[in-house]
Amino acid sequence: MALIEVEGLGKTYQTGEVAVEALRGVDVSIAAGEFVAIMGPSGSGKSTFMHILGCLDKPSIGRYRLDGHDVGAMNRDQLAHTRNKQLGFVFQTFNLLPRTSALENVELPLLYNGGSRHERHARARQRLHQVGLQGRELHHPNQLSGGQQQRVAIARALINDPPVLLADEPTGNLDSRTSVEIMAIFQRLNREQGITVILVTHESDVAAYASRVIHFRDGRIVKDERVASPRDAVAEMAALV
Amino acid sequence: MFVLASIRIALRALRVNKLRSALTMLGIVIGVGAVIAMVAIGSGASQRISEQISSIGSNLLIVLPGSATSGGMRMGHGSTMTLTEEDARAIATEVPGVVTASGSMRGVAQIVFGNQNWSTAIQGTMPDYLEIRDWELDSGRFFTQEDADGATKVAVLGQTVKESLFGDGDAIGQIIRIKKVPFTVIGILTRKGQSTWGQDQDDTVVIPLSTAKKRVLGVSQANARFVGVIQVKVASPDLLQDVQQQATDLLRQRHRLQPFQDNDFDVRNLAETFAVQAESSRTMTLLLGAIASVSLLVGGIGIMNIMLVSVTERTREIGLRMAVGARSRDILGQFLVEAVTLALVGGILGILLGVGGSALIAMLAKWSTLITPTSIAVAFGSSAFIGIFFGYFPARKAAYLDPIEALRYE
Repeated sequence: MALIEVEGLGKTYQTGEVAVEALRGVDVSIAAGEFVAIMGPSGSGKSTFMHILGCLDKPSIGRYRLDGHDVGAMNRDQLAHTRNKQLGFVFQTFNLLPRTSALENVELPLLYNGGSRHERHARARQRLHQVGLQGRELHHPNQLSGGQQQRVAIARALINDPPVLLADEPTGNLDSRTSVEIMAIFQRLNREQGITVILVTHESDVAAYASRVIHFRDGRIVKDERVASPRDAVAEMAALV
Repeated sequence: MFVLASIRIALRALRVNKLRSALTMLGIVIGVGAVIAMVAIGSGASQRISEQISSIGSNLLIVLPGSATSGGMRMGHGSTMTLTEEDARAIATEVPGVVTASGSMRGVAQIVFGNQNWSTAIQGTMPDYLEIRDWELDSGRFFTQEDADGATKVAVLGQTVKESLFGDGDAIGQIIRIKKVPFTVIGILTRKGQSTWGQDQDDTVVIPLSTAKKRVLGVSQANARFVGVIQVKVASPDLLQDVQQQATDLLRQRHRLQPFQDNDFDVRNLAETFAVQAESSRTMTLLLGAIASVSLLVGGIGIMNIMLVSVTERTREIGLRMAVGARSRDILGQFLVEAVTLALVGGILGILLGVGGSALIAMLAKWSTLITPTSIAVAFGSSAFIGIFFGYFPARKAAYLDPIEALRYE
């Protein structure tokens, strides 16, 4: 059974008199351990699809099963619990809390599922180490570069060991070299820990790191292709040094 | 989410906008301060009234002789002598809760010293009179049991009498004449001032009861054991009613009254007389407190206002917290804790302001103020309540934001 199963997914927004159909019947299934890029022009429905996958939004019609559980049947608290335990989010604008240390930003999801302060610190420290930010635990976001901020955000997404990592334009605000660094982290997590990575992007050279690319247009999937030999960010990084 | 973590988050959020937090708190500070100060003034007034009550003698019961009935006509209090020194002693020894009880007689007489003379109240009493009246000596001594037994001619003067006869001169050891009988002045009482009904309590001469009966008030030999009034000092205010009842029972028994007969005496509780006055001062305290509470309410609205602003400003933060797994109740708790923290810190500062303010009022306006632990506890409790009450609406608004809308908010 696939990790993510979506059948006949539709989403309609009611804005005043006009109903906007953001998604019109999407069927897709993503297995555990895949690295999927979702591409499409703006307004194609890829962001809406991402929000539904991320349990931030509910579909108007159709079914979404995450790890065998029907997300459509969940209430607000169950959705929050799923976001906390099953999913990690990485945003284009990082979304770190200002005036808050990297360490405390990383441990934020742990505030909502228990554990002592000492445990939280230890885990957050370990995740920061994992993304190469040892020694920056007490830096505030405004003392970190864009790439470092995004790495803090990735560490935060990983803190609860979720099976799925969702990234919405994670390299949109970064220069190309830093983008490669971030993609290298994603690829390593995907290969070494088997984390399913789903990332939304409109840059085809970023999508080229994925092993599967899904194209959206007008609320439908128009192309779903496997990439035989994706770009290897880890190797590219090594070559750059 | 952990309470401790919530408090840390709240404190950090409040520190970010120090001035704004301080101004918001100011509303609560002023409100709580006003309530504390107003209640302190009201309680101070109540306390003054109870001080006045105790200037007559605290925890005092007065037993007056009853009415004589003659041919169906009832003559009113004091129309007959029904109380004796033995009644006084019986009350003192047989009724539990009585510290002391003694009889006294009162009369008016002209007193003379040299070329000065003065008409004043002569009080024939027992040696425990000062204890009963909570009165002290300014100089000299009070008469003793020996003086009472021997009916010696000694007198203790109130301040008004002393000034009328002696001016600034020394009175102790001088001989004054009361109804032409020479008395030696042995002591001067401290100034007690006016009683609550305006009588000058210092315009009096106190002499032993036995001397008063024999030499001044002209009581016949047949009435030698009778007294005009019995004053009873009770150990504590709680016992007043019990003692009143038991003294009544005891005197009915001693006077051999049948169940159908009226009392030939009357046991009065002076505290009751002042209950009305105390009640009106309590009403004033409540009124002042209520007026001050309005400013507390305004302070609460200030908190609500600033929390709403804060929720709007931090919409993205709320969205992010939801995205990483915060449930509605976590967000609700976070903002409630923040509002309550504002209110409680404001409340504590307000208590300090109120305590300082009432001390200042007491000093400048010479009003008596009284801060009770209850008023502090109530002030603290109401600031917590205000935080919850006025923080709830903004917190609820935050808790039920749509996660996507919140994340996208600019």
